[in-house]
Amino acid sequence: MTHAATRQAYNFAYLDEQTKRMIRRAILKAIAIPGYQVPFASREMPMPYGWGTGGVQVTASILGAKDVLKVIDQGADDTTNAVSIRQFFEKTAGVATTTETTKATVIQTRHRIPETALQAHQVLVYQVPIPEPLRFLEPRETETRKMHALAEYGLMHVKLYEDIARHGHIATTYSYPVLVAGRYVMDPSPTPKFDNPKMDDCAALQLFGAGREKRIYAIPPHTRVVSLDFDDHPFEVTRFHQPCALCGANGSYLDEVVMDDCGTRMFVCSDTDYCETRQAEGHRGIMNQEAAE
Amino acid sequence: MYVAVKGGERAIAAAHGLLAEKRRGDPQVPELAVEQIEEQLSLAVDRVMSEGSLYDRRLAALAIKQARGDLVEAIFLLRAYRTTLPRYGYSEPLETGAMQVRRRISATYKDLPGGQVLGPTFDYTHRLIDFALEAEGDVPPARTAPVGDGAMPRVTDIIGDDDLIERNPPGDPFRPVADLTREPLTFPADRDLRLQNLARGDEGFLLALGYSTQRGYGRTHPFVGEIRMGEVEVEFFVEELGFAVPLGEITLTECQMVNQFAGSKTEPARFTRGYGLSFGHCERRAMSMSLVDRSLRAEEFGEERKGPAQDEEFVLSHSDNVQATGFVEHLKLPHYVDFQAELALLRQMRNDLAAQAHPSQEAAE
Repeated sequence: MTHAATRQAYNFAYLDEQTKRMIRRAILKAIAIPGYQVPFASREMPMPYGWGTGGVQVTASILGAKDVLKVIDQGADDTTNAVSIRQFFEKTAGVATTTETTKATVIQTRHRIPETALQAHQVLVYQVPIPEPLRFLEPRETETRKMHALAEYGLMHVKLYEDIARHGHIATTYSYPVLVAGRYVMDPSPTPKFDNPKMDDCAALQLFGAGREKRIYAIPPHTRVVSLDFDDHPFEVTRFHQPCALCGANGSYLDEVVMDDCGTRMFVCSDTDYCETRQAEGHRGIMNQEAAE
Repeated sequence: MYVAVKGGERAIAAAHGLLAEKRRGDPQVPELAVEQIEEQLSLAVDRVMSEGSLYDRRLAALAIKQARGDLVEAIFLLRAYRTTLPRYGYSEPLETGAMQVRRRISATYKDLPGGQVLGPTFDYTHRLIDFALEAEGDVPPARTAPVGDGAMPRVTDIIGDDDLIERNPPGDPFRPVADLTREPLTFPADRDLRLQNLARGDEGFLLALGYSTQRGYGRTHPFVGEIRMGEVEVEFFVEELGFAVPLGEITLTECQMVNQFAGSKTEPARFTRGYGLSFGHCERRAMSMSLVDRSLRAEEFGEERKGPAQDEEFVLSHSDNVQATGFVEHLKLPHYVDFQAELALLRQMRNDLAAQAHPSQEAAE
């Protein structure tokens, strides 16, 4: 089907307006209660559950004709599922898309927060597989809802404490739990804990959609988001021991790329837009020297 | 020089091209017509309609063709289509007692009004591969007994007349029926919601759970009171007309399981029920569903919950194969960001340990 034909067969951004209203109501409630997981009647989407259906439904519900959409997976615009979701919205909504973080008004993401600080006019939509931060401590929804209602988060602290007792430090590297606006413990989706500080006091609205688990939650702009820790074991972000091999950036999140079968590795920015922008500005890493000359 | 893994778009398009080619198979072999699937793989169609929650034989057959015979994929296609359809309202409750029965058996009575009707069944076939089917050929018309004009009352109604089985609670026309396609699943779930969930649940999952109850993980002492399969009329109440109009008929399989009795000092003992219903001819799923339905009523009858089939959250949260397949298969998606985080931690932990084992070496460095 051509894009035009698809747009005739389906409503703008695929979902019908009634469904969008239902989802927007859930989003508004989520914004009103930061970090609280709002149940919503998630629809079957034309891509599999677990592949971003929650994020796609949130994006579809907030997208307007003038929005500029960016979709990333693992920080990159060109990963297959990011390509697939971007094409979905090009096909069903005909909105402009971009790979540039600064030009996007809506950014849908899986597993990363862009390195470039987000602005007030932007919305970051996270794809969430398991929205419940307590799920692996307590599998029952009836129990975890009660624990949230009573702000009974002792179990989570015990888990973090046990990590320290066993490993000497907190052994959670992604989906690192945060406390939102001093009330709800929230799962930041499986972003690496490296990204946790970016959620705090962020100028952009952050929306989280879990399609299979039928939950939406939100962090309104400039909300306090604190990674759980202990006074004597403060939260620490992952640090890399070398700069990006392509753009030379220090302090960005790096992917490890296997170069051969002899153990050679190179480390490059996971945020492709950030890396490319830096290279365009003339920054060079060790693997990119000849290109500069 | 590092070459970025680009070209996702072209790779996706090429993969879809390959898929289309593979779907068609050897072009020397005639292409499968949707009608052929509809007619000759009708039980696959029935399953896809049931778990896809959409009664449309042709669309289900098309989905099976598109999915290359992968039924869970076909179910997913049908579900994704179904969710885009406008909803006009709800049908009147179906009257399975008035079914045009093509098959009806009871394991609890040797004979009963309306008789036992085997109908088109695999039961009592010897599972020997029929090599004659490899050659095409006409099938001689099947001989059937003359259709009786007598009524075929439901077996559970017969038992119910003697007050030996629990009564189904009377329907409340003012209480809306739960609908998990419009409201998120919540716990505890009432029986209407549970039945809806089971009716679209994965057949393999229901089968395994039902089987587990027979092996002692939440035993319910089941008897097949009745399995009936045939056509039932669907009616829709039209507000403007003030009465219900028939929309057509659908094929259904219904299984009423008669289970372990319950009673007390004040309440006389009665058998209990497990209920299974499916689109088309899906006996295995209707039976499995009725076993699981009864098991999930453990709390209602004050039974100790010790088997997975009695655990409502466990069963209802994992029965949907569209959800399950999506989440299991999403592990194929890139996870290198999280994996990197784990790698870094693992290396750090190993370094810490090595430093502890050889503190002097570290000091020397």
